[in-house]
Amino acid sequence: MDPVAAKYIAAGLACLGMGGAAIGVGSVFGQFLSGALRNPSAADGQQGRLFLGFALAEAFGIFSLLIALLLLFVL
Amino acid sequence: MNPIEQFELSTLKTLGKLGSYNFAFTNSAAYMILSFAIIAGVTLLAMRGNALVPGRLQSSVEVVYEFMADTVRQSAGEEGMKFFPFVFSLFAFILVCNLIGIIPYTFSVTSQIIITASLAILVFAIVIIYGFYKNGLGFLKLFAPSGVPGWLMPLIVVIEVISFFARPLSLSVRLFANMLAGHMALSIIAGFVTLLLGAGVWGILAPLPLAMTVALEALEALVAFLQAYVFAILTCIYLNDALHPHH
Repeated sequence: MDPVAAKYIAAGLACLGMGGAAIGVGSVFGQFLSGALRNPSAADGQQGRLFLGFALAEAFGIFSLLIALLLLFVL
Repeated sequence: MNPIEQFELSTLKTLGKLGSYNFAFTNSAAYMILSFAIIAGVTLLAMRGNALVPGRLQSSVEVVYEFMADTVRQSAGEEGMKFFPFVFSLFAFILVCNLIGIIPYTFSVTSQIIITASLAILVFAIVIIYGFYKNGLGFLKLFAPSGVPGWLMPLIVVIEVISFFARPLSLSVRLFANMLAGHMALSIIAGFVTLLLGAGVWGILAPLPLAMTVALEALEALVAFLQAYVFAILTCIYLNDALHPHH
């Protein structure tokens, strides 16, 4: 296979990982919302943990985007 | 229409050379000065009267202040309030830069990786330096959470160290990638309007991507606020680790 074509295919495949991050972020906010609706008075105190979970879940999507960007522009 | 074109730096005035590096006043620097001027101008103008019953401008600045103060207090505790000026400046700078960026034909400062990486490294350095300054070597307990069985500890320490050093990377790339992707999506979909208008009978479909551009613009305004907020709250959470490393 042409190495340049392989590079572009690899960059596209690397972006698939962002779908996993989307599931993770959706799950974090969805679970928070379902918990928050059951006990709204406790919801405000958990915002730090909500965003920590969101950041951790999104970090992995960012890593896959980073791989895609590295493949496209650096390697 | 090239979607990358909007991120190009252009030199407004060359200041000189240092070795092989070219020092220049670019459009990026100009927009940073503009956003600083907007923040300083609006805040000073709003608080000039310092009225007990605030007017419209003063109360909007107070709302932003109270909002950030609550965020810092909730996620870093009362001790974290000594970092409030830092977190508030970060939030205001990123928010205003993002909001200037979504105006068409302007330059978005936060879509440059070097800007976001500098901000993230600043946060990371403050967390490490303040953590060691306040707790001494006790700061290293951050990597060894309590209540973990002994045989699992080596693995947990490795994972915690990796996740600690991935923080500046994910903090900077999150803001950069969100702004970059949003602006590229906007210009690609706006490009469909001109493509359809130039395609004869398909021109009747041109209002569809136009409407989508308007909707995306609204989404981008939300993202601009949300990313500034996420950057600020993650800064607070990381500062909380430096203040209270025993978790």
